[in-house]
Amino acid sequence: MQLQEKIIEKVLLLIAFSSIIILTLITFFIFEEGIPLILNVGLKAFLLGEKWIPSKGFFGIFPMIASSFWVTFGSLLLGIPLGLACTIFLSEFIPPFIATLFRPAIQLLAAIPSVIYGFGGLIFLVPLIRNHLGGPGLSILAGSLVLGFMTLPTIITISEDALKALPPSYKAGALALGATHWQTIWRVLIPAARSGIVASVILGMGRAMGETMAMIMILGNAVRMPVSFLDSARTLTTNIGIEMGYASGDHRQALFATGIVLFFIIMALNTLAIFLSKRRAS
Amino acid sequence: MNRRRYVTQGIATIFIWTGALLTIAVMLLILFQILKEGLPVLRLSFFLESPKEMGREGGIFSTLIGTATLTLVAIVVGAPLGVGTAVFLREYTRESKMSRMIRFGTDCLAGVPSIIFGLFGFVFFVIKLNLGWSILSGGLTLAAMILPTIISTAEESIKAIPYSYREVSYSLGGTKWQTVTRVVLPSALPGIFTGILLSVGRSIGETAAVILTAGSSLVMPTSLFSPIRTMSVHFYILAREGISMKMAYGTGAALILFVLMINMMAQWAINRYIRRRT
Repeated sequence: MQLQEKIIEKVLLLIAFSSIIILTLITFFIFEEGIPLILNVGLKAFLLGEKWIPSKGFFGIFPMIASSFWVTFGSLLLGIPLGLACTIFLSEFIPPFIATLFRPAIQLLAAIPSVIYGFGGLIFLVPLIRNHLGGPGLSILAGSLVLGFMTLPTIITISEDALKALPPSYKAGALALGATHWQTIWRVLIPAARSGIVASVILGMGRAMGETMAMIMILGNAVRMPVSFLDSARTLTTNIGIEMGYASGDHRQALFATGIVLFFIIMALNTLAIFLSKRRAS
Repeated sequence: MNRRRYVTQGIATIFIWTGALLTIAVMLLILFQILKEGLPVLRLSFFLESPKEMGREGGIFSTLIGTATLTLVAIVVGAPLGVGTAVFLREYTRESKMSRMIRFGTDCLAGVPSIIFGLFGFVFFVIKLNLGWSILSGGLTLAAMILPTIISTAEESIKAIPYSYREVSYSLGGTKWQTVTRVVLPSALPGIFTGILLSVGRSIGETAAVILTAGSSLVMPTSLFSPIRTMSVHFYILAREGISMKMAYGTGAALILFVLMINMMAQWAINRYIRRRT
């Protein structure tokens, strides 16, 4: 009996480490495949090079890094105001009879596969942009709008948790001092929940930076430095997604190296977000 | 009196309502458009025939089988690992350096983008373990992806069980493992079930990681080592390569219906769980 309990505990301990083991394996294998190429080409030439011609040995991913940041920041322009609006709506404004419909709808938003969003952007946004704003339509603008939408579930659920975690006395105190409902929200509740809200936005950025399939469908995939929001673009993720199917040798290694850069950016964002939400908890 | 602040409040209220309703409207617009064009394609034969001529004709049967087997592998591998982790974190250890490390690892894993999982699955399962593009490679990659979801939902539901439940078991002479298997896990079951449903939804909708690890073959799978194409991948290829818009809409509509169904089941499980708790 005692022995059995001991064995079970050890097995569970091992299982509990599975996510760390997986994370270690991911890091190890991506680096093992990608690092040789970075050393070959040179870190500077790889990160800052503007030419990506795998057949001729040019592996510069600067345009993709730039594009990734363009679409990500573009997505925030839609994601932050809309996400905050939904959060405040959910926690302060919502009439009970709508809550029973609105909350499941937000959960559905998170459950819809990314290819469906990409398709939605393709059939609605791309023609709209092409006809009214010019350019190919497959553009950073279309990508940003779709991504802004896709980050909403992340932003909403996490910032709503942050608002919920506030002591009720904050709201009561502000209202008792004669503040309007809106003043209470904007000057007391939101600032108090600031670190959680910022964490939610950073996690949303990570989500936007990592999205692949929807972006392949609507960004147009041209490798070049982004100049305008109407240009088509290729991000770090879409570069991997498009070329992985047929790449081999150095070319494949270069795609893993692209993955390393993406991995670094996302890990930095995640760590920052985890740190911010931990600070709130303590 | 200062009226401006009431004007500000009015404007803010309008903005918030507009934002919230706009969000829902955009989502419904996308769903309705795909369902409107896609539902007429959905006949029984669409589900029971395999795709022909790259997907221009026929149905989606082989991709249904592909999706189901891949999801099954992911859940069979991912659920025990995730629930085991949650049990360990809640029942076998206190807040310590180790448990904080495990949580940090899980949080990090949750943030890893699917394309990175795809790259990892490709080198590790497809190449190094020599499993090839297969149901097994894809399923194992998905198992790694859904792990954080299963861990956090299982942990939440284990956390919600009153301590007195365990005390009763211990006072009756139950061992730790007996307490876990006969008291803790049965009470946490609805929460665990919700986590599994959410993971099923994620597996059905995943594309980037799957296409790199399970391939995109339309041939009917014969074993766990066969390459397959899932519904999401099929939808993506049909839409992106413009093979057949009609079939793309049909597959998209089927995809949405499945996700809606899973989502509603999860909602139902959560509601039932809340009612039992209160």
